[in-house]
Amino acid sequence: MDVSSSLQYLFSGLTVGATYGLTGLGFTIIFNTTGIINFAQGEFVMLGGMLAVICQSALGLPLPLAVLLAMLGATLIGAIVERVAIRPVRTAPPINLVIITIGISILIRSAMMLLWDKDTHTLPHFSGTDPITVLGATLMPQSLWILGITAVVLYGLRTFFRRSIFGKAMLACAHQRKAAWLVGIGVEGMVLLSFMISALVGAVGGVMLAPMTMTSYDVGILLGLKGFAACILGGLGNPFGAAAGGLAIGVLESFGAGMISSAYKDAFAFIILLLLLFVRPSGLFGKPEVRRV
Amino acid sequence: MLFLRNVDIAYGRIRAVRRASLHVGRGEIVALIGANGAGKTTMMAAISGLMRPAAGTVEFDGADITRARPDAIVRAGISHVPEGRLVFGPMTVEDNLLLGSYCRHRLGRASGVQEDMERLYAMFPRLKERRLQAAGTLSGGEQQMVAIARALMARPRLLLLDEPGMGLAPTVTREIFRHIVELRDAMGLTVLLVEQNARAALRIADRGYVLETGRIILQGPAGELLANNDVQRAYLGRDLDRETQPAGGAA
Ligand SMILES: Nc1ncnc2c1ncn2[C@@H]1O[C@H](COP(=O)(O)OP(=O)(O)OP(=O)(O)O)[C@@H](O)[C@H]1O
Ligand SMILES: [Mg+2]
Repeated sequence: MDVSSSLQYLFSGLTVGATYGLTGLGFTIIFNTTGIINFAQGEFVMLGGMLAVICQSALGLPLPLAVLLAMLGATLIGAIVERVAIRPVRTAPPINLVIITIGISILIRSAMMLLWDKDTHTLPHFSGTDPITVLGATLMPQSLWILGITAVVLYGLRTFFRRSIFGKAMLACAHQRKAAWLVGIGVEGMVLLSFMISALVGAVGGVMLAPMTMTSYDVGILLGLKGFAACILGGLGNPFGAAAGGLAIGVLESFGAGMISSAYKDAFAFIILLLLLFVRPSGLFGKPEVRRV
Repeated sequence: MLFLRNVDIAYGRIRAVRRASLHVGRGEIVALIGANGAGKTTMMAAISGLMRPAAGTVEFDGADITRARPDAIVRAGISHVPEGRLVFGPMTVEDNLLLGSYCRHRLGRASGVQEDMERLYAMFPRLKERRLQAAGTLSGGEQQMVAIARALMARPRLLLLDEPGMGLAPTVTREIFRHIVELRDAMGLTVLLVEQNARAALRIADRGYVLETGRIILQGPAGELLANNDVQRAYLGRDLDRETQPAGGAA
């Protein structure tokens, strides 16, 4: 295999992997606040892409405005999901809540299909489609957007959770919910905020990826699963792990598809995940749990 | 400053506390004693808003807080050190203390937090040594110090302490009690204290309440309760029956 084609696989792998990573980040944020795995995360990614398509092609809005509205729309839907479906049953055991999130994902998907359509859509690239050639491999400007924005989101979230008292308070809700109430944290508000941030992060991923891969009402299923794989791979609860896990899955998938067979592209992520979990059950960057009672 | 009036508290259909009334005056240390399952923790939870009483009212500083949410109650000036400590295990000691001051933050900032932290480190030097260690990896006694320090970071006017001595060596418990009295004397802190070691609790308390299966059966100045025969028999581990038997036998 020559340099240019491996570089080509690497570029496309990193591009897709960054979106898996963002999806994984979304899982991580909700998990870190509530201990719930939100299986509707993939739908937030879908909403990012599809809402932008609706705003741009159907309403005829300029692209930047369409992108902005799509992100706001997804954030709002994240808030509604928390208020309507999660808060009323918040005292239920986490496993029940997880099943509720599966129901929500089916609902969002069906609503998009019924209210809009079943077709595949595309979104214009953010800054043209003139490829950049690097050592014989081509890189789309959109890939640079994706990698750059992913880096910014990741850095922003890290700063939020490590430095700001609100970020720490959000983590505290998952560590010890009762104590979080007792130091004066409005736990319900924090859970709401975590759903909004996750939806926003997911939508950012979806709206960036749509120009590269097309989008439709049902892209959330696979993206959600891969994002989940990414955050398990990176160690559940670790935002950096989720991003790194996403990139790793994207790259391996791209090489696997190029060198072995593209028919099994989607299987690679899960094969890698299974193999890793046999060796390191806590994920690549996860710490084995330290707890003392 | 704190009044509970005819409070009923239930877990589903189980009524854990019935028609309990209690008051705590400003600057007082009041002990709440009772056997396991008497309802002490439940009463504390109703004061700090973790549970809603089924009936009755809770009043703090003239305001009705019966249905207020826990975060609002913390802002009103009540801090609760919960049974079992409940530190934020994966976080550092320092972050635990910082989060204790959460209710004082407006738009992410608060004044005097650093000074308060230094003051608490001076009170608990062990915590300063371990301030970058994950709180969950501390010893039980150290975690208890974290829980108390975290509660004090909110600058409460009323401190609810639920079994601060649980699982601790008696000397450590005494140390903690000494700090509590100091805080009261220095800052006018008011304390409602639940403690298995009833004798130790009544020694530092001004007044006490005795709770038995959800009802308050006795109350009074701490000295009187310490001298009360029923209290001694039930909670202070004195076997009065055996002590009085020889006298009875001689009669
Ligand atoms: N979550 C719960 N669900 C049902 N019943 C409960 C619950 N928590 C406590 N109880 C019951 O309420 C009663 C009072 O419990 P509580 O924890 O207040 O006792 P306590 O006086 O604090 O005891 P201890 O000294 O053991 O801490 C007990 O009978 C207990 O079984
Ligand atoms: Mg108790």
